[in-house]
Amino acid sequence: MQITVTVNDAAFTRDVEPRLLLIHFLRDDLGLTGSHWGCDTSNCGACVVWLDETPVKSCTVLAAMADGHRVRTVEGMAAGGHLDPVQQGFTQCHGLQCGFCTPGMMLTARWLLDHNPDPTAEEIREALSGQVCRCTGYENIVRAVQWASRHEAAGREPGPAGGTR
Amino acid sequence: MQVPAQVEYEKAASVEHALALLARYGPEARVLAGGHSLIPMMKLRLAQPETLIDINGLTELAYIRVTDAELLIGALTRHAELLASVPAAEHFAILHDAEKVIADPVVRNWGTIGGSLCQADPSEDLSAAFAALKATMVICRPGGTRTVPARGFHTGPFETVVGPGELLTEIRIPVRAGGGSAYEKVGRRVGDWPVGAAGVALWLDGDTIADAGIGLTAVGAKNFAAAEAEEFLHGAIASEDNFARAGQVAAEHCRPVSDQRGPAAYKRHLAAELTVRALRRALRRVRGEAA
Repeated sequence: MQITVTVNDAAFTRDVEPRLLLIHFLRDDLGLTGSHWGCDTSNCGACVVWLDETPVKSCTVLAAMADGHRVRTVEGMAAGGHLDPVQQGFTQCHGLQCGFCTPGMMLTARWLLDHNPDPTAEEIREALSGQVCRCTGYENIVRAVQWASRHEAAGREPGPAGGTR
Repeated sequence: MQVPAQVEYEKAASVEHALALLARYGPEARVLAGGHSLIPMMKLRLAQPETLIDINGLTELAYIRVTDAELLIGALTRHAELLASVPAAEHFAILHDAEKVIADPVVRNWGTIGGSLCQADPSEDLSAAFAALKATMVICRPGGTRTVPARGFHTGPFETVVGPGELLTEIRIPVRAGGGSAYEKVGRRVGDWPVGAAGVALWLDGDTIADAGIGLTAVGAKNFAAAEAEEFLHGAIASEDNFARAGQVAAEHCRPVSDQRGPAAYKRHLAAELTVRALRRALRRVRGEAA
């Protein structure tokens, strides 16, 4: 079947089998290997991408279900040559070690901050609770999201970026 | 690498179109909603439909509405939408309690209420919540609709009364003033299926229990309900002693089986204990106390 999916603002039309999973469409058909294929059982969250406005586990969505819809992957986070503040936060706070979970973590974190710009540590942990990191113990991931939250708040108000509250 | 077997795929454009597609492709077709149960089942070859009928475009089935008499939940409502619904939580805290412990936030973004019910896992959380609330399921078929009580919806593990050619479209919950409800679950880890769980809806007349609904999941309760415990509570005083007895009655009438989630005796213990905890919490909510 033929599908057209808008990925990171660019439309792609491809012939696919209906059984093709979205994660494999992104990685194998489009070459967007930033989204990682992890547990294959919708547990680990390494494959999280946005489908329209919502983070989903792309190992449990068919590419056919994304036909006519928009997908956002980690490749679409940076804009105008600047990393997204969430990406900066992961850099600043050492929010990753091996990096396998990082794309999914960052896409869910981006969604969280869009809906809740000043989340508590508990809210960050809850939002990311469907995603597994085996390296960091999550501490630095939470700090990275908090860094992005502060950075964005500073951008909205007068004062130094990343200042303490 | 887990991938589904080859399958045909059709996108439904309306409820009528979905019904026409179901009629055309017959009993080997399956409705695809969020797919968060069906696609994993297909990967494992536990489900091998010939055709998938994708209903994700049927936005007319994604709603939560309150009428004078009922809370109406469209079958394509995502778990995250039910969790976030203020009217649903105001009327039925049990739904908010249950949704908070179903899977994880990203799975809840895409998994649907109707899909969970039609998957009919014997450990599914909302099945117990809707049994406690004595909900009604609306099923569309060519030429009309039929309604089925939540307690008559499941015909066995992974089986429901929804026939080939039919589509679950709505869940209706009667709204009655003066009630309180709660859901209590024990799982092995956050986001997992329950080892056992209990949901309670309670209505009082003074200190007397005017009506009680008790739902149980994962413990082999008939129709996901504890009818004998409800009967015991009807007209009884809302007391710790009576709650404890109701928990015992609920546990006596369920038929848990030992599996990787726990031994039958422990699940029976949970049926009693979680029934009591849910009764206590529902009672606090009836009385407007912090719960």
